[in-house]
Amino acid sequence: MIEFINIRRSFSIGDQRVTALHDINLNIAAGDYVSIMGPSGSGKSTLLNLIGLLDRPTSGTYKLDSGDVTALNDAQQARVRSEKIGFVFQSFHLVPRLTAAMNIELPLILAGIPAAERKLRVAQLLANYGLTDRASHRPDQLSGGQRQRVAIARATSMHPAVLLADEPTGNLDQTTGREVIKLLEQLSLQNVTLILVTHDPALAGRASRQLRMVDGQIISQTMS
Amino acid sequence: MKYIDVVQFAATSLLGSRARTGLMILAMSIGVAAVVVLTALGEGARIYVVNQFSSLGTNLVLVFPGRTETAGVNPGMLLGQIPREISLDDAQALLKSRAIARITPMTIGSSQISKEAKNRDVVVLGSTANLLEVRHMSLEQGQFLPEGDMHSNLPVCVLGSKINHELFGRKSAVGAWVRLGDRRFRVIGILATQGESMGFNTDEIVIVPVASAHMLFNTSGLFRILIEAKNREAIEPARKDAESILFARHNGEKDVTVVTQDAVLATFDRILRALTLAVGGIAAISLAVAGILIMNVMLIAVSQRVQEIGLLKALGAPAVKIRSLFFAEAVILSAIGSFAGLLLGEAGVLVIAKIYPALPVTAPWWAVLAAIGTSLVTGISFSVWPARRAAQLDPVTALAGR
Repeated sequence: MIEFINIRRSFSIGDQRVTALHDINLNIAAGDYVSIMGPSGSGKSTLLNLIGLLDRPTSGTYKLDSGDVTALNDAQQARVRSEKIGFVFQSFHLVPRLTAAMNIELPLILAGIPAAERKLRVAQLLANYGLTDRASHRPDQLSGGQRQRVAIARATSMHPAVLLADEPTGNLDQTTGREVIKLLEQLSLQNVTLILVTHDPALAGRASRQLRMVDGQIISQTMS
Repeated sequence: MKYIDVVQFAATSLLGSRARTGLMILAMSIGVAAVVVLTALGEGARIYVVNQFSSLGTNLVLVFPGRTETAGVNPGMLLGQIPREISLDDAQALLKSRAIARITPMTIGSSQISKEAKNRDVVVLGSTANLLEVRHMSLEQGQFLPEGDMHSNLPVCVLGSKINHELFGRKSAVGAWVRLGDRRFRVIGILATQGESMGFNTDEIVIVPVASAHMLFNTSGLFRILIEAKNREAIEPARKDAESILFARHNGEKDVTVVTQDAVLATFDRILRALTLAVGGIAAISLAVAGILIMNVMLIAVSQRVQEIGLLKALGAPAVKIRSLFFAEAVILSAIGSFAGLLLGEAGVLVIAKIYPALPVTAPWWAVLAAIGTSLVTGISFSVWPARRAAQLDPVTALAGR
């Protein structure tokens, strides 16, 4: 499903070059549940951004569904993101002026899906995540857990094959965080590839495959 | 993504920051309204002048003594001669032309009019019976100058309505005698109030037969001859005939000027149209300012919404789409702004029309189109840069809000 071949990512900071990822080789199969752990600055977010096509590697090849996506242009990559990848962020990234329903609808609008079908899908998602009575609330009228549920509903609205979650529980208390993780795990059971970046070892331990990163390199892999 | 969705999304973001949206619409609409109101004023002034001219009479050709030389000095001036005056016989001779329907000579002077102890200075206009119709004047009571030989110097006069009021109060002056200079005249009619037209107030004049005026002022020259051509097509032949008749009578000396009313009118028309354009152009500067304001505010909007742009990119919006979203916002803003400006401008025009009913203020259609066009073009073109900037943001840094 996801195949990284000698992926390197380096940045120029002033006149210095900083390498965030050193020649990463990685294979993730469809339906895998992978957690990525590591200290700050170890390159885990960079890795996630590269998988999500938000960033381009300095060198190396990235194959998604056995197609090379590194060579695609901006518009083609945007299309791949729209169709195959869902994002869940630590700070939710809901559009503040839009209601919960409209936030969930956003990827469908961008993909050009007809309004009637959008309404059906949004209603279904709202029901799935227990948000039906919150549909017309704006994000500032929702609790943290509700906001993240809206964000997950939005991430899954296009039925992506890959779900990328960057510290999804970072801004939530423990109980709500647990509920959010359960929702994500349910998705992984439905054959969605789930990749989770976290600081929390307990959370990381729940994944079937655990990566540890230090200084831009994957130093260990554990299967459980 | 469908157009309707682009517009809807842009609309939600405009509604999301009402103060910003309101101010931008205000700026845009003031610009458009300024163009509409100012060109309406200019156009109103032009139409006003044109109307004033046509109220002076129709198909008119004007003759006046002297000639405007553009080539320096004429020989007569070196010999200390002034241009030869136009005589009553000259005027009479014009009737030979088949293009000319009727003529009326005019001579003008200032005198004192008195009735018992009351007196005042007045403009005395010497003319003939034809003046009433050629100059489109009307009588309130009595009769106008008698028809017949223009050489007869009957001691009769027609008073302007204000003169009548000042000398006789509410009483009718018809039949009474007044003194003009050192002669007595019988009042035979009173002009209807007409007000001022082209700086000549017919309410404050006294009209006497042209020969009487010549006697009163001890002259024989005419101030002007008004010629009415038979119809519109006859105007130019009438002018040519008048020139050739008068030049012939003056021994080939070109010492009179003959102009058509249309020529004078056309000049005024050109001047006033240029003025309207100039005023409209100045107002259009405010539209450019509004455009720059839109650019400024859109740039701020882009930097305020960096995270949202990053999110849209993460959700699969390519650069083109993000550009079109910001673009749509600018288009909606300028469209609403110009529409509001149009309403505002028309309201302003209505107010001006209420205050100055004499002025026919209407914004010309080309100015309305130009104002709306300019505001749309500035609004849209000034948003190109902000939209590009939004589209070029790097999604990772944008999501981080940096």
